[in-house]
Parts: sequence; structure tokens; C-alpha cells
Amino acid sequence: MEYILKNGIVYDPANDIAGEKMDVMFKDGKIVSNVSSDAKVLDVTDKIVMPAGVDPHAHIAGPKLVVGRIYRPEDSRKGVTPKTDVCRSESGFSIPSCPATGYRYSRMGYGTVVEAAVPPLEAKHTHEEIMAIPNIDVPPLPLFGNNWFVMQYAKEDRIDELAAFISSWLKIVKGYGVKLVNPCGSEAWGWGMNVHGIDDPAPYWDVTSKEVIRALSKANEMLGLPHSIHVHANDIGHPGNTPTTIGTIDCVKDITKNSGVRNQTIHMTHLQFHIYNGTSWRDVESGAGDVTDYINKNKHVTFDVGQITLDETTTMTADGPHEYSLHALNGLKWANKDIELETSSGLVPFIYSGKSPVHSLMWAIGLELFLGTEDPWQVCLTTDHPNAGPFIRYPRIISWLMSNERRQEMMDNKEVHPWAHRKSALATMDREYDFNEIATITRAGPAKIYGFKDRGALTPGFNADIAVYDLNPNDIDPSREPTAIEAAFGAAMYTIKDGQILVKDGEIVKVVPSHTIWTNVKGFEEQENAIMEKVMPDFNRFYTVKFENYKVHDHFTPYPIVVDVQASK
Amino acid sequence: MAYEPPVTDYDEIVENCTCAFCGCNCDDLDYLVKDGHVVGVRHACRLGASKIMEDMDQRLLVPMIRDENGDLVEVDWEAALDKAAELIAGAVRPIFYGWSETSIETMKHGIRLGELVGAVLDNQATICHGPSLQAVQNVGYPVMTLGEVKNRADMCIYTGSNPMNSHPRHMSRYSTFPRGWFRQRGRFDRTVVTMDPKYSDTAKMSDIWVGFDQNGDYGFYNAIRAVLKGKELQQDVISGIAKEDIVELAEAMKNTQFGALFFGLGLTHTISKQRNIDMAIQMVTDLNKYTKWVLMPMRGHFNVNGFNIFMAYEMGFPYGVDFARGYPRYMNGETNTIDLLTRKECDVFMVIAADPGAHYPGGAVKHLAEIPVIQVDIHWGPSTEIADVVLPGSFIGVEAGGTSYRMDGVPIYMKKAIDKPETCRDDEWIMRELLERVQKIKEKEAVASK
Repeated sequence: MEYILKNGIVYDPANDIAGEKMDVMFKDGKIVSNVSSDAKVLDVTDKIVMPAGVDPHAHIAGPKLVVGRIYRPEDSRKGVTPKTDVCRSESGFSIPSCPATGYRYSRMGYGTVVEAAVPPLEAKHTHEEIMAIPNIDVPPLPLFGNNWFVMQYAKEDRIDELAAFISSWLKIVKGYGVKLVNPCGSEAWGWGMNVHGIDDPAPYWDVTSKEVIRALSKANEMLGLPHSIHVHANDIGHPGNTPTTIGTIDCVKDITKNSGVRNQTIHMTHLQFHIYNGTSWRDVESGAGDVTDYINKNKHVTFDVGQITLDETTTMTADGPHEYSLHALNGLKWANKDIELETSSGLVPFIYSGKSPVHSLMWAIGLELFLGTEDPWQVCLTTDHPNAGPFIRYPRIISWLMSNERRQEMMDNKEVHPWAHRKSALATMDREYDFNEIATITRAGPAKIYGFKDRGALTPGFNADIAVYDLNPNDIDPSREPTAIEAAFGAAMYTIKDGQILVKDGEIVKVVPSHTIWTNVKGFEEQENAIMEKVMPDFNRFYTVKFENYKVHDHFTPYPIVVDVQASK
Repeated sequence: MAYEPPVTDYDEIVENCTCAFCGCNCDDLDYLVKDGHVVGVRHACRLGASKIMEDMDQRLLVPMIRDENGDLVEVDWEAALDKAAELIAGAVRPIFYGWSETSIETMKHGIRLGELVGAVLDNQATICHGPSLQAVQNVGYPVMTLGEVKNRADMCIYTGSNPMNSHPRHMSRYSTFPRGWFRQRGRFDRTVVTMDPKYSDTAKMSDIWVGFDQNGDYGFYNAIRAVLKGKELQQDVISGIAKEDIVELAEAMKNTQFGALFFGLGLTHTISKQRNIDMAIQMVTDLNKYTKWVLMPMRGHFNVNGFNIFMAYEMGFPYGVDFARGYPRYMNGETNTIDLLTRKECDVFMVIAADPGAHYPGGAVKHLAEIPVIQVDIHWGPSTEIADVVLPGSFIGVEAGGTSYRMDGVPIYMKKAIDKPETCRDDEWIMRELLERVQKIKEKEAVASK
């Protein structure tokens, strides 16, 4: 089937197209440069056309999510909708059910969402949920930062073996890249402890976070994976954590990138939670200035923000100790889920409020990060869904980024606490994002960071993943009309995925199964076999499942997109 | 017990099979197969082994429909499925109950059928660990995978639970006896405590038995919490336990490195129900101020946790999910099976791999006897006696593959080892057939009404 999207105003940053009036054509699910005269015309005159959105970091599928849904029926009851002819029922606000997750991303014009934390032991669970999520493709990132095998290799600097372990495990769990969460700290939580900073060793392991991060980065580059290491740093949410964060980024600066498809060697996730200066919540201040200064000078790092949206949400992270400290802070019900040999994790409901000084400051710090980073290719829009807020708030964040007036208004009329401007530089920042920069931080940038070669741009040959928004960029002043911006980005006029129209005028018109994107390293088989032989005795002694029942069988990924990577030494 | 010589007469061994009995989901079983039958099982406990080896005992082998004389008569699959589909399609308030002994793959078709006809989907949690889930919703859910206990725990507590009888390999495979990374000496590196009014077989294996009074659980755990918070206990004896012993125990719990508390229905179903579990969870949460503690409900069926997980990711609620209004509703006391049956709301009941005839209170079973009941199961049981349509399924983990979730949420794909009896069908196939047949009936109705 051939289509032509006619007369749209196209923002395609990867191809340096910034608001040109042009046609976009696609055929049999791919973008093409020509179509025949039989092509079906979709008239999008003067509407914004972008590649479909790519979310680089969200928690949408897996064991943590289910703990949240089981123990928070009060959240599931929000957002309940009846089934329609096309859609199944939806439920949930911060932790939507799987069908709801797919529909809601689709309505916002998204086509790809990275599931950011997969404990390998329960990867089958994540894949089962991905099967239940429609309309978006999902690359899952397995957790490696507190894996006992990884910690041993890192301690002894056995990078070859570590690389073989990663390439094996990506195959075993069908994962896309290497995720680290509070390296060594989540392991310390096995004893109810944490580590502080990157030089504090994990109890009994005698290995530090810095050593683990460096080892994983070297192994990642040895394999030449499409994504860099994806790091949730130590000391999240602690006043005074800025040096840890900068130290984390800086410690891999000397490691040579081995990939032509991305620019960075480290991706820092939900950076907003990691840049608090001061010594306590009394004297806390924004560290965004220090960090953006560093980032503007160093191109080996990219990050996503984790913007606070000032909602009631559910925090969930593989950073187990942090969730217990959040529980100590707000007293709300604490869930914990430690995974043998691999990680810890936890959940706590959280009510972010503009009345709270700290939450308002966090809100401001996130925006400072967006506005202070000069190169939009280094920053991505996320809320670390659902930690800083649910993903359905992305359109609102876009409206904040595009309107200084709205931000100042929020501070002036006390929608946020005065700490927002007293303890951050937000009030002095008048930068406003344009549509091209929005397209960069929500699709082109994340796609580049993940090394996708089939999405995130409207290049001929790429997947026809396209979003059309009901806005005329020449006719609207985003600075003055944040409500219109939010409404338009929240309900796409068209969401097109693999050439199929899934959303029309903000409503789902078609439901398709999701693809699972995973990385298959080739040319490392010998090393993989050798490492598996070494790993098996310990595996059999310390895991409580048999290896045959540990791996993710092929039928858990009925619609895979396998990214083949040639390992290069 | 008389000595039984080992089985030596077999054709092949199928390794790493998963036991379809309790929530331990032991996945290290070896089946000894001869002539297409499992003649021996290695590594399993007696509960699991007997279920697997005696799978043909009282086996449902053919589809049946109850005739006008009240007798179950053999019919072909076509007739049985059509009859069941007709009942489901015509139902006003159907309940699909069970699911805990079948696969996630079966549930996937079941939920679609439930959404289509506006059914209530519920599982055994409604009569077992339902109060535990309510408590989890009240105060939290600090859990772990069982390997954490094996590798780290130096104190294990069993309360209201007797795993030596109910989960026989729990202690040997996961918690008490195995050698772990940080517990190289296994049993000798751990303190095992049983808290139970009964001096159970588990208590006999334990270092400490705390035999508090029946229904004394709430008071007892409350007292431990008080001690943890530095309060002076006002009574000399609480729930039958001396004050000094409570203080000593609380201190011991504080001074462990990693403690795990396993609770069973003894805690869930004594007089304070979910409030007992509230207290136990809060005690564990409090203990984490001092050291590491986690807890875990001792789930009974091999996929009872799986259904809760499955429903939560599909629809946001763990059990008792009512689709009657076209959207999911979960209201304890309103949308649970027992309540619907005792209120005589339900008009068609489908039971999948469960035995309500054996487990439900009299009033609920009485209503079941009055309404059409469809049974999907592998064995004849009390539910068969009240069933109007019987659809013989197959044995997950032996005759059919399928995904299940262990009590700690670890997903395991239970592989197929032998072929099912020729006349039976896989649960997954049965549910898909029902869905497709009901869809056809509904489409016809829609056309007719236009």
C-alpha cells in the first residue's frame, strides 16, 4: 500500500529538515522518496509532521510494574475506560495496564519505548508484558550493574570475559543493551546497606562502582553495541550527589568509542535526580549549572532528564536502598523485590506537589537541565516514567519547554513553591525550545543514542513511523499558547507505525502487536561458549532455577527485531 | 514406609521438568518415561511425584454433557464445546474461576472471553491468600526471590505455615538447607524459627518454636513491633508468650544479617485475617531500619501467583475482576466468587483447573448445583459431580508446555515431556475454541439485532 502525506510541515532533525513544507511518502511500511499515482493521499496541509516518538527510558513492562499494579489498586482505578470496538479496557494512571500503555503512547505519536530495567531472571515476565502491550516497539535493557558475575570480572579487570558474558546474556534474555542501576549499591541492599559515591566498595565484594562502570563500558565498546552503557548513578536523590554524578560521567571519558551509529560512550538516565548540591534537604540547591557546564564541554555523554510533573505517581527502581529511604521520607507503603545474584528493586507511591519546596526545586532542576544543555542531541525528554511522573505528561513538559511565559507564570502565581526560583537558576533562563529542538529531544536524539538504523528519522528505507500533530507552526505562538501545544502533542492527528495508521484524530483506529528489539552479537561465539562453561558451575549452585528454564525461549518474542552486531576487537 | 526399589525400567529421561504442584515450582525434576508414561520422577517431593506419576488416576478422558436424567454422558468435542459456548454466550453474570493450575497461555484466551461476555475472572486467591493481597495493598510488599534467601539468609521464620507437609522442598531447595554464596554451611549457618500454635513437622525441624495462642498472631506481632520501636511491654504474657521471650526474639531478629519470613494460610485465615498480615508486613518494614528483612506468602498452587500477575498486567487488578460493565472492576466483597455465589448472582460458572466443589462453603456450592457449570480439568472431583459440561484438559508441565510464576514471581516455562491422552485437549486449545465459538455466536446476534 502506498501513501503520501501531503503538504505537511516536516521536522526531521536527523536529515536537517526543520519546518519545511513537503510531502512524506511511504510504501509497504517503509519511507520512500517516490510513490506512484495510485498512492492514497492523506492531506496534512500545514500540520506538523515528525518521525514517531522514541522514548529512551521508561518502566512499562516487567515484575516491578506488576508489583505496583497489584499493590496499588487505587492507581489502577484511575484512568479506567470501557472497551471500544477497537480497544480493550484501560486502567491506571501512573502504572497503566499493558494495553493502556500501548494505546496512550500511540495516541501521543510514539512508536518506540525502551523498557529500562529488566532483571534477567525475570526477563520472561517482561517479554510477556511486551506481548500484551500493543502498538509500540520495545527494546528491553537488562540489568548488569550488580550482577555477581559482572562484579567478579570487574574486580579482576577481565574485560574479555565480561564482554563474552554480556553478549551471551543479551542473547539469553533477549535484551538490547547494558543497564546499570546504582552499581554496587543495589548489591549492598542485599544486606540493607548502600554505597556512597563511586569509590565505596560493595560489602564482601571488594569492588567499587567506578570499577564496575569502567569495566562494563570497556566491554560494551569491545563488542561495539549499538547503545552505550546506560547508567543510573549512585547516590540518587541525595543532596550533595553532584560530584558523584560528574565523577561517574568523567570516569569513562578516556574509553574509546567503538560504534559508528552513536556519539556517546555513556548515557546518564534521569539526571534530574542526581544533581542536588548542598548537604541536606534544608540547604539543598540545584547542581544543574555545574552539570550542564560539564556536559556542554564533553560530547561523550548523553542523558535523559526525568522531569518532575507534579503528580501523584509510583516510584519504582532497581535502586532498592533508595526506595526504602523514600519510604522513610514519606511513610507510604513500601514494596521491595530483590532478585538473586542480579539486583534489588523497590517501589513507593509518591505525591509530588507544587506546594512542597523540594518537589518544586526538583521540577525547576529538570527544566534547568533542558534549558542549560546547548546541544539538543545530548538531552532527551523523559519523566523516568513513572518515577517523576507518568509518560502521558510529556505534552505538558513540551509546553513548558516552549514557553518561558508559562514557566514564569507558574513561579509567579505560586503553582510551584518559591524554592523553584530561589534555589535554581530557572527564573533567569528565557530560552524556549522550537519545534525542531522538540523533535530532536523526543525522537531523533534518542534514536541516535540507541543507534537505531530504522527509526527516528524520515529517511527513505526507514520504517514508516510517523506522527502528525494538529498544529500549524507558522500560525501558533507556543510561548503564548501552552495549552494548545499540550493538547496537540497529547492527541496525534495521525500516528503511523510501519506504514499502518494506528491513530487518527487522537483516537486509536488500529491495534497491532509490538516488536521486541534485541541485540545479537555475532563473531563472539567462541568466547561465549568458553564463558558459559565457566559460569555454569556457579550458576547451578547459586541460582534457584535450572539454566534450561532461565533463558527466554523464542516464543516469548513472537515479533522480534534482531539487531545483528559484528563484534569487533 | 516399605522400601521401594528404584525404577530402572524406562526408555528415556526428560530433565529439568517443572513440578506442577505447589508454589515452589521446582524446575529440576527428571521424568523417567516408558511407553509414553512417566513411571518415575527424580528430585520431586512425594506430593509432586505422586501427582505426576498417578496422573491417570480418576482422569477425565472424554468430553461429557449432563443429560435430562442428570447423568454425565460422553459426547464428541464438537458437541461439548458448542454446548459450553452456548451457555457462556447466553449468560448474564458468568464467572470464570480457577486458573491457578493452568498456564498463562490459557489465561490469555480466557481473559479475552471474559471481556467479550462481561464475566468475572477470579482465582483461588479469593479463598486463600486474598487477605494477604489486601494487606499488601494496605501496607506494602517487601519480597525477594527465593535465591536471595538461599544465598544470604541467616534467619528463616515460618509462621502459620508448615512447609514440611505443604511445600516439602521449600526448606531443602530454597530456604533452610541449601548452601548459598554467603552461607556455605547451609543449615548450620541459619537459625530457623517456626511461629505457630501447632508443634508442626516444620517446628520439629526448627531451632526455635514459638507456639503462640490460636488467634494470637495479631497480638504477638504487634508486641514484637512495640519492642522494635523501643516500647516497654505492659503485660507479662502476650498471646501466650512470655514478655522476656518476645524481647529476646525481637533482639535476635534485629541482629541477623538477612532474615526472611514465610507466612501461610495459618496467618491469613485466623481471626484478624488481613490485619495479621498488615502487622507482619509492617514488622518486616520496621526491621529494615536495623538490618535486611523480607517476607513471602507461601502460595499454594503452582500458578496462583501467575494469575494475579497476569490479571494485574492485563487489567490492573490481581483477582476478582468484573467485566460486567465493559470495564474492569475490583471490589473485595463484591466482585469475588464466593460473594457472587452466595448472593446467587451468578448464572453460568466455568471452572478451569480448580475444585470449588471441594473447597467452597456450603452456600456457594449449593448455588453452583443450581446453575450450569462448565468444568475444564484433568481429574474427576467433587466439581465434576455438579458440572453440566466437562471438557478434559491436559497436564501442564507434563503433557503440555506453559508459563507459570513461582511464589516469588520467577517465571518458568514448564516444558512438555509426554503426549496427552488422545481424547484430551490442551487447556489453551479448549479456551481458544470457546473464545472463537462465543465470538461467532455474538457476531450472529449482532447481525440479527441489526
